[in-house]
Order: sequence, then structure tokens, then C-alpha cells
Amino acid sequence: MSVEIAKAFMTATIEVLSTMAMITPKAGKPFVKKDNAASGDVTGLIGLTGDKTGTVSVTFTQKCALSVVKSMLGDDIQDVIQDTKDMVGEITNMISGKARQILAGDGLTMQAATPSVIMGKNHTVHHVSSEPIMAIPFTTDHGEFSVEFCFE
Amino acid sequence: MSKTMCILVVDDFATMRKIIKNILNQLEYKNIVDAEDGTAALDILNKRPVDFIISDWNMPKMTGIDFLRAVRGDKKFAHLPFIMVTAEGLQENIIEAVQAGVSQYVVKPFSPATLEEKINKCLGAG
Repeated sequence: MSVEIAKAFMTATIEVLSTMAMITPKAGKPFVKKDNAASGDVTGLIGLTGDKTGTVSVTFTQKCALSVVKSMLGDDIQDVIQDTKDMVGEITNMISGKARQILAGDGLTMQAATPSVIMGKNHTVHHVSSEPIMAIPFTTDHGEFSVEFCFE
Repeated sequence: MSKTMCILVVDDFATMRKIIKNILNQLEYKNIVDAEDGTAALDILNKRPVDFIISDWNMPKMTGIDFLRAVRGDKKFAHLPFIMVTAEGLQENIIEAVQAGVSQYVVKPFSPATLEEKINKCLGAG
């Protein structure tokens, strides 16, 4: 099932970024993550419950996050930190929603909590499950980001 | 209805409110007010005339579905077109919103063309 879950998050991520930010990311090879270190500077984290319980996180490098904010808001950026925090939370929410919609087609129904956002250099991301953490790296013309998920 | 109608945009994420407002501006809708949850939105409805509502589902204090039920349950506002714009794309969510009286349903992510199409359908032009 983890292959189907990874495919759902890949598809959801590409659709969300390309539709909302006009940025088409390229997915790298998914891998099992060995530690809690975030692969970037700002992370959106959301809990899921239902047929499976777990967490999903989306971590952007500062450069990539700023490019996405600029693409989504144009010249309407008033507070770059607050706008970046908001954007990463909303992107995480949308990726989770789209992936859950795809997975519902495979008979896997889950509900999402409200996302939280962690910012700062060298922060860590703690997924609630002790199961292996799957990470999918993405590259864009504006930097890197990654999507992680961990389900019991 | 003309492009001068007052549109109330409700979303707890300021970024999403800005994105929707920017799209509405591109579509030449300039008379826009916004709120960060259903409670604040009801406050606006009781204070000034609003012609059209675009609301998120997942919000603190009062969710979009509770806000929709409050709007449909109040004779003063029950007639207002109401578009739910949300990341909740499950069939059960859409059915719940339809039963509560939503006019149109947009699943995030969405393009400006999708929002325009749904607005036009609400206004009988689509």
C-alpha cells in the first residue's frame, strides 16, 4: 500500500504546485528517512486519521518557499514571514486533501486535522508513528522541497 | 448581477484569502470583503450588504459547513449564492455540503478558470 500512498502524494504535490503556483516540480526517488532532521527551513505538518493514522509533512528550503509565495501572491506580499508560514500551511493542507481524494478511490478514507507550521534553520520534524518515514524529494527551478509521510 | 456585487471571502489562511481576492480582481470583481472564520463572516453579514459568499470548510471557531447552515437558516441571507472552496474533496463532504444548501463546490487546488465558471453558474450565466 505504501507504493500507492507515495504515488498519491506525488500526484497531489505536482497538481497543487502547478495549479496554485504555476511551478511544476520534478519528483525524485522516494526513500526511507533515517532521522528527524528537516531537509529545509520551513515545514507544514498535518495529522491524518481514519483507515490509517499518521502524519504528512512538506518541507521547503527558504529559497523555494519564497519563490512559491511570490508565484502565488505576486506583488501582494505584506509580511514575508507570515505569508510564507501561511502559504506552507495551505500547500500542506491542499496536498493532504488531494492525496486523500486519490486514496479514497483505492478505498482508503482519512480525515485531516488543521496543519501546523515549523520555521527555522536545522529544525526537526517528529512524525507521530514509529513506522518508517517515507520521503519524496522534489526539485524545481527555484530550489528543493520534500514531502514525507508516516502511517501506522 | 454586475461586477459591482459585494463578495465575502472567508478563509482562515490569509494567503488563500489574498489568492481568491487576486483572482476576483482579475475577473473584475472589485467589491470584496473578507473574514477569517464563520463567526467573523456572520458578523460582516449582519453589518453590511453582501451579495455572494466564497468560503473555506476547515476553519477554527465556526467551520465553513456550520457557516453555510447558519446562512441558509437565516431568512435575511438564505438566498445568497454560496461557493465552498476547500481541500476536502471526498464524496461524503460534497454530499454533506449539497444537503446543507451549497450553491457550488470547488476542490483545492483550483485554477482561476474553475472559480470563474462556478461563479457564473451561481449567477445563471454558466
